[in-house]
Amino acid sequence: MPPLALYIHWPFCLSKCPYCDFNSHVGGGQDQEIWRQAYRRELTHNAALLPSRRITSVFFGGGTPSLMEARTVESVLNDIARLWACDDKIEITLEANPSSAEAEKFADFRRAGVQRLSLGVQSLNDAALRFLGRAHNAQEARAALALAARSFPRFSFDLIYARKGQTPDDWRAELQEALSFGSDHLSLYQLTIEAETVFATRARRGESLTAPEEASVLMYEMTQEMMEKAGLPAYEISNHARLGQESRHNLTYWHYEDYVGIGPGAHGRIGIGTESCQAIENHRAPETWLDSVQRTGVGMKQRTDLSPDAAMREALMMGLRLTEGIDLQRWREKFGCDLMGFVPEARRQRLEAEAYLKRTAERLFLTRAGLQRLNSVLGYLA
Amino acid sequence: MVKTGLNVPEKTYAPMSDQASIRNFSIIAHIDHGKSTLADRLIQRCGAVEDRDMREQMLDSMDIERERGITIKAQTVRLSYKAKDGQTYQLNLMDTPGHVDFAYEVSRSLAACEGSILVVDASQGVEAQTLANVYQAFDNNHEIIPVLNKIDLPAAEPDRVKKQIEDVIGLDASDAVLISAKTGLGIDDVLEAIVTRLPSPKGNPDAPLKALLVDSWYDAYLGVVILVRVVDGVLRKGQRIRFMATGAVRDLDRVGVFAPKKVETGVLYAGEMGFVTAGIKQISDTKVGDTLTDDKNPAADLLPGFKPSVPVVFCGLFPVDAAEFEHLRESLGKLALNDASFKFEAESSQALGFGFRCGFLGLLHLEIIQERLEREFNLNLITTAPSVIYKVFLTDGSVKELHNPVDMPDPVRIEHIEEPWIKATILTPDEYLGGILALCNDRRGEQIELTYVGTRAMLVYRLPLNEVVFDFYDRLKSISRGYASFDYTLDSYRDGDLVNMSILVNAEPVDALGVIVHRANAEKRGRMLCERLKELIPKQLFKIAIQASIGSRVIARETISALRKDVTAKCYGGDISRKRKLLDKQKEGKKRMRQFGEVEIPQSAFIAALKMDDR
Repeated sequence: MPPLALYIHWPFCLSKCPYCDFNSHVGGGQDQEIWRQAYRRELTHNAALLPSRRITSVFFGGGTPSLMEARTVESVLNDIARLWACDDKIEITLEANPSSAEAEKFADFRRAGVQRLSLGVQSLNDAALRFLGRAHNAQEARAALALAARSFPRFSFDLIYARKGQTPDDWRAELQEALSFGSDHLSLYQLTIEAETVFATRARRGESLTAPEEASVLMYEMTQEMMEKAGLPAYEISNHARLGQESRHNLTYWHYEDYVGIGPGAHGRIGIGTESCQAIENHRAPETWLDSVQRTGVGMKQRTDLSPDAAMREALMMGLRLTEGIDLQRWREKFGCDLMGFVPEARRQRLEAEAYLKRTAERLFLTRAGLQRLNSVLGYLA
Repeated sequence: MVKTGLNVPEKTYAPMSDQASIRNFSIIAHIDHGKSTLADRLIQRCGAVEDRDMREQMLDSMDIERERGITIKAQTVRLSYKAKDGQTYQLNLMDTPGHVDFAYEVSRSLAACEGSILVVDASQGVEAQTLANVYQAFDNNHEIIPVLNKIDLPAAEPDRVKKQIEDVIGLDASDAVLISAKTGLGIDDVLEAIVTRLPSPKGNPDAPLKALLVDSWYDAYLGVVILVRVVDGVLRKGQRIRFMATGAVRDLDRVGVFAPKKVETGVLYAGEMGFVTAGIKQISDTKVGDTLTDDKNPAADLLPGFKPSVPVVFCGLFPVDAAEFEHLRESLGKLALNDASFKFEAESSQALGFGFRCGFLGLLHLEIIQERLEREFNLNLITTAPSVIYKVFLTDGSVKELHNPVDMPDPVRIEHIEEPWIKATILTPDEYLGGILALCNDRRGEQIELTYVGTRAMLVYRLPLNEVVFDFYDRLKSISRGYASFDYTLDSYRDGDLVNMSILVNAEPVDALGVIVHRANAEKRGRMLCERLKELIPKQLFKIAIQASIGSRVIARETISALRKDVTAKCYGGDISRKRKLLDKQKEGKKRMRQFGEVEIPQSAFIAALKMDDR
């Protein structure tokens, strides 16, 4: 039986950030006992369908999961431990906002079983935090980072760069400071405008929100150099870690292995590489999800059978995000066919000639130039 | 169809055989000089339409006619006018198109009348179309009554315009009628002038029937309706008619007049105008200019007919959405039902997919057809660069008519190529003359005449038609800030140093962008197209070469560099389905992409290039 990763979605935020297209709903003050029960029912249902799986990671995402009561986190983790066998090296991550109110709960989260904190810092600059619509300021971010370093065995944080008006020098200074907090993992995202966000609307009205292409390419290059020098090279397009400190949970997605999503709008992939590979999607609206779980035991909106072709397209799409690319042997084991047979040969060679793509006996991977053009590369290949 | 309760006085369609009390006339004018408004006033004054039923541009039935203030199809209306001499006259007004593209329809309308009212805007003065139409009226031996309109406007200069009419047209304007069609001022004077100054028809009422087929159109209820002018004899309902040119024999179902609504009178006498129906299903079964006669008692000879109208401008029309191809075919078919001058045949393009090659009488005709397709049939269309008909003389002695650059024979087989030239008349305030002369010279024009009338200049130029179909109107309009007017007649075919210029993307030709141009202008056009495409084609993974070439010689080139960055920063478990669907959609979108070497160019780029190329 292949191992399993569990994603738990807490859908609420105190406010909605203008760049964010995740399934988040503004609100607080939920009766969390109801939520604990609903999570329990959905976990129990999944455990019945997928018994004898070994859980390798649990990830609390959102929304803002640091708005959960520590009891709720503890309840979910206890349920998981009761329902499944857990791997010795299980990774348990919780996303948190650096506001002081949430930072006060860090110790409780740690006691509940969280080993790894992922902080949504986004910037260490007050003006940038206001631009990004964040509720915290740079001072709170620094304090939260210091506290996270003391409270958890592992912690990571997110920064968003290539923002409007940001120069390479600004970014160098910000990243330099970021490296001083001693984290072994950093997620460094170039600001992109996602559909159905406030930023998308503003961009459509002609506002420029991101740095010009030239500057953003420069900042990306600079980021790679600085992070390599600091010993945290990129292992994925936007993720950097010291060797062995990669996010095990997120690697499950990029390696395209089975995972279950619990909570509103969560997604899952089950049976990858088997005859019946399925994509599962939960109801997005919290009320709808709760109602469905209470009535049927699951909050599932739809289950779709993925054809081998669709599954391999997803695997290619995710695998090429990793700097190590796709392991050819693992692909063969998973899908029972050769990756080189799936990718059109002439196109692959053309991409190799342009130095966007490389192939060794073991793996197929994108060069740095290729990673920066991933969407177009996928459009050309898939 | 007699409609009961129709507010038409009995006398308007009462039989009349006295030709002395009939006046058949046209109104000719430059666009916007007030032709349709004058027609409205005449209809109103003669009581043919109750005030409450009156609307503007009564005779322009198509939306597009009313909106653009132009008349496309000829229309007639019978009016009854009690003159100051106490007699009641039957006035048949023939409304004609004003634009050069429809000159052919003008000529046949004029052939059905004995006189014309020439309407000139009292502040604008004589314009290019005024001249073209007046010359046609002269050709038809018309008596012409000059009428100065918009006399109520402060800018009106009746004396200056009268002098202009005398100087430019050579028409005595001392008796010109001064009116304001808008306010109704002088309308009675126009009616009196029609009665006293225009001749009555002089046909023989007792001779065998001879009626001119002026026009025909398809009516959903009646089938083909034929507009006729009876020259000699009588037309009656039930009569067996022979169409002398086609030889067809038909029984007349309906005989009537427009007043302006259709009224069946059952009979039309010598000198009168009206309509007949004869169970004909398609307008292609009727030949405009044909002579109708009695099958049993036929006339000895035909009336002088008309030259058939032939398309002179061609372009490809393609649906933006390939799924609309059949809808486009049906829509073109429907328009052709009422427009015998409009021709189309299927063609396919690598860049644009399936569409139709269409022939038009001119650029306005093209624009109107395109607009009607988009508006009335809800189609979203791509139009390729307009082309004229070239005569390609081959080394084997044969001649090939060419209106699509893709059909150009191999250059080694070509002896020489001839292109159509036009004779253009341009009237402009003299301050814009310099710019217009430069434009005409830039377009290989040859000056024939330059005369001044007051502060207005009249230019006559010979120009290659292919230079005119390429944004000449736009340039003329912008140089003269809209004040210059332009008209033309086809002149002759002349030898030209013409080359087939191709646009290549990654060394592969884009058929839809190929054009036939004069060698001297090829480089400029080529550079312009390359620059446009560079702006329009999105950057891709690989660099893209855009070239303009004549044969194997590259005359212009641009390079689109590879894109620098195109990556989604975040992609986790919840994003996979969405991203894959996006990728699937992209793949679907590629069906609308055109493959050029290793790159796919969105069809939208070619569409945009063509749109920018529009006139």
